[in-house]
Amino acid sequence: MIALSTTTSNLTLAILGDPYHAGQHAALNPASGQAAHIEWLYWLLFWILAIVFVLVMATLTAAARKSVTPVQEILDISRENPGDEGAAWAVGTAVGVTVVTLLVVLVASVVTGKRVEAVPLNNSVTIQVRGHQWWWEITYPNSEPYLTVTTANEIHVPVGRPIVVLTDSGDVIHSLWAPNIAGKRDLLPGIPTSFSFQVDKPGIYHGQCAEFCGLQHAQMGFAIIAESLDQFSAWYRQQLKPAAEPANEAEARGRDVFLTHACVMCHTIRGTTAGSRYGPDLTHIASRDMIAAETLPNVPGALAGWILDPQGVKPGNHMAPNILAPDDLQALIAYLQSLH
Amino acid sequence: MESAEQKQTLDVSDLPTVVFGHRNVSWLGNVFYMTIEGAMFAFLIATYFYLRARSIHWPPEHQSPPLLRYGIANAVVFLCSLVPARWVQLRARAFDRPKVTLGLGILASFGVVALVLRAFELTALRCRWSDNAYASAIWVLIGMHCGHLITEWLETLTILGISFTDKMEGPRIVDASINSDYWFFVVASAMAVDLVIYGTTRLMS
Amino acid sequence: MAIAEATVPRESEHTDRLNHTWGRSRGFLGWFSTVHHTDIGIRYMVTSFVFFLLGGVLAGLMRLQLARPNNGLIGPDRYNQLFTVHGSTMIFLFAVPMLFQGFGVYVVPLMCGARAIAFPRLNAFSYYIYLGGGLLLWIGLFLNIGADAGWFAYIPLSGPQFSPGKRVDFWAQMITFTEVSALGSAICLATTILRYRAPGMTLNRMPILLWEKLVLSIMVMFAMPAVMVVSGLLLLDRLIGTQFFNPAEGGDVLLYQHLFWFFGHPEVYIIFLPGAAIMSTIIPVFWRRHIFGYTPIVVSVVATGFIGFGVWVHHMFATGLPQLSESFFTAASLMIVIPTATQFFCWLATMWNGRLQFRIPVLWIFGFFFIFLIGGLSGVMLASVPLDIQVHDTYFVVAHFHYVLIGGALFPMFAGLYYWMPKMTGRMLNETLGKWHFWLFFIGFNMTFFTMHFLGLRGMPRRVYTYNQNMNWGALNMMATLGVAFMFAGLVVFLANFLHSREYGPIAEHNPWKAGSLEWATSSPPPPYNFPYIPTVNGREALWEAAPNQPVVSGIRDDVPEVLVTNSLDADPEYKEESEGASLWPFLTALAVSAAFVGSIFTAWAVPIGAVPVIVCLLGWLWPRGHSPSPRMAEKWSQ
Repeated sequence: MIALSTTTSNLTLAILGDPYHAGQHAALNPASGQAAHIEWLYWLLFWILAIVFVLVMATLTAAARKSVTPVQEILDISRENPGDEGAAWAVGTAVGVTVVTLLVVLVASVVTGKRVEAVPLNNSVTIQVRGHQWWWEITYPNSEPYLTVTTANEIHVPVGRPIVVLTDSGDVIHSLWAPNIAGKRDLLPGIPTSFSFQVDKPGIYHGQCAEFCGLQHAQMGFAIIAESLDQFSAWYRQQLKPAAEPANEAEARGRDVFLTHACVMCHTIRGTTAGSRYGPDLTHIASRDMIAAETLPNVPGALAGWILDPQGVKPGNHMAPNILAPDDLQALIAYLQSLH
Repeated sequence: MESAEQKQTLDVSDLPTVVFGHRNVSWLGNVFYMTIEGAMFAFLIATYFYLRARSIHWPPEHQSPPLLRYGIANAVVFLCSLVPARWVQLRARAFDRPKVTLGLGILASFGVVALVLRAFELTALRCRWSDNAYASAIWVLIGMHCGHLITEWLETLTILGISFTDKMEGPRIVDASINSDYWFFVVASAMAVDLVIYGTTRLMS
Repeated sequence: MAIAEATVPRESEHTDRLNHTWGRSRGFLGWFSTVHHTDIGIRYMVTSFVFFLLGGVLAGLMRLQLARPNNGLIGPDRYNQLFTVHGSTMIFLFAVPMLFQGFGVYVVPLMCGARAIAFPRLNAFSYYIYLGGGLLLWIGLFLNIGADAGWFAYIPLSGPQFSPGKRVDFWAQMITFTEVSALGSAICLATTILRYRAPGMTLNRMPILLWEKLVLSIMVMFAMPAVMVVSGLLLLDRLIGTQFFNPAEGGDVLLYQHLFWFFGHPEVYIIFLPGAAIMSTIIPVFWRRHIFGYTPIVVSVVATGFIGFGVWVHHMFATGLPQLSESFFTAASLMIVIPTATQFFCWLATMWNGRLQFRIPVLWIFGFFFIFLIGGLSGVMLASVPLDIQVHDTYFVVAHFHYVLIGGALFPMFAGLYYWMPKMTGRMLNETLGKWHFWLFFIGFNMTFFTMHFLGLRGMPRRVYTYNQNMNWGALNMMATLGVAFMFAGLVVFLANFLHSREYGPIAEHNPWKAGSLEWATSSPPPPYNFPYIPTVNGREALWEAAPNQPVVSGIRDDVPEVLVTNSLDADPEYKEESEGASLWPFLTALAVSAAFVGSIFTAWAVPIGAVPVIVCLLGWLWPRGHSPSPRMAEKWSQ
């Protein structure tokens, strides 16, 4: 009996979850002022609409119970329609209440919209996000090119500072969405737009592409890593540096493997001759937690699997399989793991 | 009487079987058809102006607007063709079969002239549809209108063909009259398309 | 013209002649040449129901793939085809053909008291061209070259650069097929409603269903051209290199979305209004009284038709449009709630003061209220820009539109099928099986789709073929998948019920429900001439308000297929015309047009070359026959 009830409650928890507990990936678990405003609006509308639902269903039930006539043969229609006068009043009132309710919804919605957009823009950090099939190119633009940081799939932001996101796409339409942080924004080729938010709570927030963009739409994730200003600045300074020089023979060989194989056709490692912008910038790949647009953990095994057989992990993605001798692969991974 | 029974009836034996104008069912069908086609033109013209609003130069730089001469000539032809189109309607109502046939023949000849001039218009657009969005928009607009012109011309020919036979009865004569309504639509849409292609590429840039 | 006591031919001789005049010829050719609206209407229903079941199978496959995280059952390429073809099928091959065309073509002329639909050959052509479009999409899927860019095929993903090959062309050309079909039906239905109504059925007495079909037809005439234009431009960009959507050459990707949703949102009402029409038709029948609020309901329907064209941008809130335009479209999207709410309240008032006699369609009415209400209320959330940008393109939206479309169209459709099937087959359906069907489907539906609201709020985007275990979406997805089994079980019960009842069900009388509209005045199923005598009408519910000796129309010939045309406003008899008879040409024309359309995917030359057989077929269609040497009808001229 106890086992059963435990199972039941576990099942309930598993199904309905504890959907809104801290750290949960959910629109209703805000980590920014913007998402919090939307969460407020959600619950306001939820309760208004829940009341409407209960009222209508109660009326329907009452009407059905009141009107049910258990007679075998079909009743004739009378010429009079009793009750129509009262019904006219009731329907008129109900329509009036509907209009007022909709006005409340409209005002709440417009006010929330203004609050969401009212992010102070002084002292802001600007981040350019460019969508690609199927990864995110992240740039921290600066008028001085040597102060510009380019990375992929992990967006570091300082907590408590306004963030301005400039959106753009290199190919098809994508949509940037981290539900804990803000509503989504489409990345349109040829039509740059911008939006802003400010993260209040440090943490790692998951996001993923929300506009269908082809074969690997499902595995086009990113992370927003919100950290203190000091941590962010330290990360930023590290990202500005060119790639670390190989510290040992294996890493040096790994760099040779990188530069003499197909890798250089698509990827950049600043400080080497690899400079193609087709795929993600790998200058500091070891500083990232995940690879392949948040699909695999950044550990040697997963990295090796990804390099050898990217089509097995994400069928249809634009990275070609690589045939590497085992020790070449070992060396390459050692090198990539050194790029902090 | 064994072969009949008594009922309250609304007797319609005396009603006509041939009516003209808006009283005819085919007239209404034709109006709906023109509504649909008109909506298509409207969406294409809206597309044109949307693209225009999103561009800095219109026509794009190094792109000349279409030559006017064939367009103007064709516009005149279209406007003149209104006369025989209307005449067919008037003669149809008078059940004047020979004149209807003659009118349809004149109308079909206007169609030939318009089609030939249209071919010259296409050579004088001074762009290829694949050049840029501007070129695509004007080509598709004029192409769409060519489709209508050809269809209407073929329909006129068909009714002309029927009018040479003994099948040219009441409902077919009504068809000839409704065909002219559609001709009016083709002329009106030609004016709209001309205004866009020849007018807005010059006057409003 | 006056009403008088008159001698009419004896019923049996009269109907013999009518049978001879209107009867369809037997055999293979007869099958392809019939143009009678009851035949065509049933074909629409059967065909679209088959597409519904096929689309449902695709949904089932998708649910199997999503049942567990990191599932390897179906890869992304196949999965993208599944959801694209599922969505396109349900919208273009099921919902509109079933609810607008199927019910419309079958019921409207009967409800008007007419012998035939207007332009019956165009109507038959529309059916075949619809079938051609459906086959095109599905043959593509079976050849594993099915469309895979989603049912709205956003550019640039669907464009020449990112979708090479023929997949998207199949989709775009399917749109052309189905929209030509819908437009043809719209012309037939609107003309029938305006001109073929029985004498006495003034606009003010017209059944609400006819009002809705009229509004729908006109909506179709303005909405469908938008999608034909946009799919046509997409094809041109793909096939002959125009630059409408190419940003590098002055094209624009949002132009596609504007044009698509200018069609796409009215389309939602084109799917929902037939459902509402069924509600307004059958609620009074089972609550045994007149509908409450005829005028407000009609005004609401017309208002929906207008406002439906002013809300399309709410599909594009996430593209970052100016705030002012967002607020405008929020207001418009909320405003459209008012007419729908008005209809709800009128139905409730009808129920409140009625006398409910419970039959199976009533269950589906209750189901409609429950499910459509949830969908409508979540729609209020989606009209709000800040909420929309959170849940847009997530499973919350998937849940929302299934609640709206299944609640607003499928539940009324089943109510309508249980209600009108006795008219179509002449037999009643089994009520016990009907209850099983309802409850299995209702429970399964809510299991599958209610859970999706949570998934959307918890961040699951739509159109993903897999998801990671650590997203914690597994349990909810498993539950959604289990619900599908219930829905399928319900559909199996329905099919069994239908197949069994069609042969062995109790015989349906003329009017088994004692309903008030004219389709119940004739036998079940109706004869090929629909009514032995064209009826006249005294009130909104023709049969409930008929006098004991309600006059019928006399003076319509029974030796040629003559129909009575009345005027639009007052339905006063205006003239008589001969209905187009059975013909093989609509079918042949549809074949020729299909060949040209399909060929144009492969080469632009298919257009001029394919036009030749089309012109030949049209000549055959239009060329008058059998009248010489003397006109078959004695002509009476009127200026």
